[in-house]
Amino acid sequence: MERITNRAKQVERKPMNFWESIYLIAIFKGLMITLRHFFMKKATINYPEEKRPFSPVFRGLHVLNRDEEGRENCTACGLCALACPAEAITMEAAERLPGEENKYREEKYAAKYEINMLRCIFCGFCEEACPKDAVYLSQTVAPASFNRKNFIYTKEDLLIPHPKASK
Amino acid sequence: MTEEQIAFVLEKLALVGVMIGFSLAVAAYSTWAERKVAAFLQDRIGPNRAGIFGLLQPLADGLKLFSKEEITPKDANKFLFILGTALAMIVACMTGAVIPWSTAFEIGDRLVVPQIADINIGFLYILGVLSLGVYGIMIGAWASNNKYSLMGGLRAASQIISYELPMGLTLITILMMTGSLKLSDIVAQQQDNFWFVILQPLGFLIFLVCSFAETNRTPFDLPEAENELIGGYHSEYSSMKMGFFLFAEYINMFISSTIIATIYFGGYDIPFVNDVALGEKIGANWLAILHFASLFGKACFFIFFYMWVRWTIPRFRYDQLMDLGWKKLLPLALINMLITGLVILLMNN
Repeated sequence: MERITNRAKQVERKPMNFWESIYLIAIFKGLMITLRHFFMKKATINYPEEKRPFSPVFRGLHVLNRDEEGRENCTACGLCALACPAEAITMEAAERLPGEENKYREEKYAAKYEINMLRCIFCGFCEEACPKDAVYLSQTVAPASFNRKNFIYTKEDLLIPHPKASK
Repeated sequence: MTEEQIAFVLEKLALVGVMIGFSLAVAAYSTWAERKVAAFLQDRIGPNRAGIFGLLQPLADGLKLFSKEEITPKDANKFLFILGTALAMIVACMTGAVIPWSTAFEIGDRLVVPQIADINIGFLYILGVLSLGVYGIMIGAWASNNKYSLMGGLRAASQIISYELPMGLTLITILMMTGSLKLSDIVAQQQDNFWFVILQPLGFLIFLVCSFAETNRTPFDLPEAENELIGGYHSEYSSMKMGFFLFAEYINMFISSTIIATIYFGGYDIPFVNDVALGEKIGANWLAILHFASLFGKACFFIFFYMWVRWTIPRFRYDQLMDLGWKKLLPLALINMLITGLVILLMNN
């Protein structure tokens, strides 16, 4: 038969000699290999105390961004919800009233903004779709919960703290 | 009873208590060591949350086992179901009775030898009690009225019977060399001469393999093959009843490590040291403590060895296990016995 690659290896099928057939040498070799691992550096990371750095492209929980003056970026255009393949994002828009200019950046804002983290697949399409740089995926892992309701993240959960208020 | 007899009974009772307590403690920490060794051999660090280095882990495990729900299957024979696990534990605790732990301690003007029973049939006692051990597994497996458990029990029974034979035959070679079945005699003979592992390397190897089979440790842990028998003989057991089986296994491991050390590695003998001369220098009590440390160190090495092998060699197929026992080890043990006999005959002439 013609070989497709040159990587094929001929299998040895000659019968075992005496020392091979009593396996003791093979067992001893195996023991030495495991003993070597006994003294090797351990791969374990003590999770809550030590954390492994995420890759720079890691996509974790969402945040809703504010601009440098602390105004919400989101204008409730709905592009993120449209881009979402899992249909995890829902929102309701509202119009900015006079006197609220320091709270919202544009005339329209999201009165309600919810992401269902049980549906979310952390694909990052919302981040890409957002024309106002309002939604970002952070480096946080979605925390666990016993209750399905806790997985629906409301605007209060998502909005990053006010840059001035947090100082 | 005379005062002397009462003192004797009290001394032995205290020894029994210490012995059982000690082997329970060692067994408890063997479970911890098993997990640590397993982790280290697999490049992990193992339990480290309960106490420093996870040293409180056995307590946590015990608490967990005690607080778990205890289920007795509806169709199980209740009496035998409980008897099985109890028997496994009792027999495991019994084997240690004949082991000489060290030379005598001087307490007041009384010499206390840390050995519960220095009987002339030490060997036979060990062999007898070891083969009783399988009854616990068999009865437990049969009483749980589960086909898989029964298969596990069957495997345990035939495995232990098969490996008992080469084990007995290798012990006979030791008997031929020492002329005594008393364990203290065997240790005493090794103190002056070579350890028997040097004189009997083949016998040691056979004995070691058989001890693995007798204690149901990997690669001979066929009674509890979870991939073909669900859990094996203890499938139907829950909470501390299951814990007893596992605990008995660890006690067996400890005792069999001690027996290997006693028979083939000089028992409490301290290597390269003239024990009597050392004893005159530091006193009998310190010598006894050093002797005990020596035996315990050897036993600990073999416990580690059991774990080391467990994470190195995969489990046998059942027919391979039987092949090894009957077609390889039994003839080898017989040949070993013949050679020993021949050598003894030539040396005496």
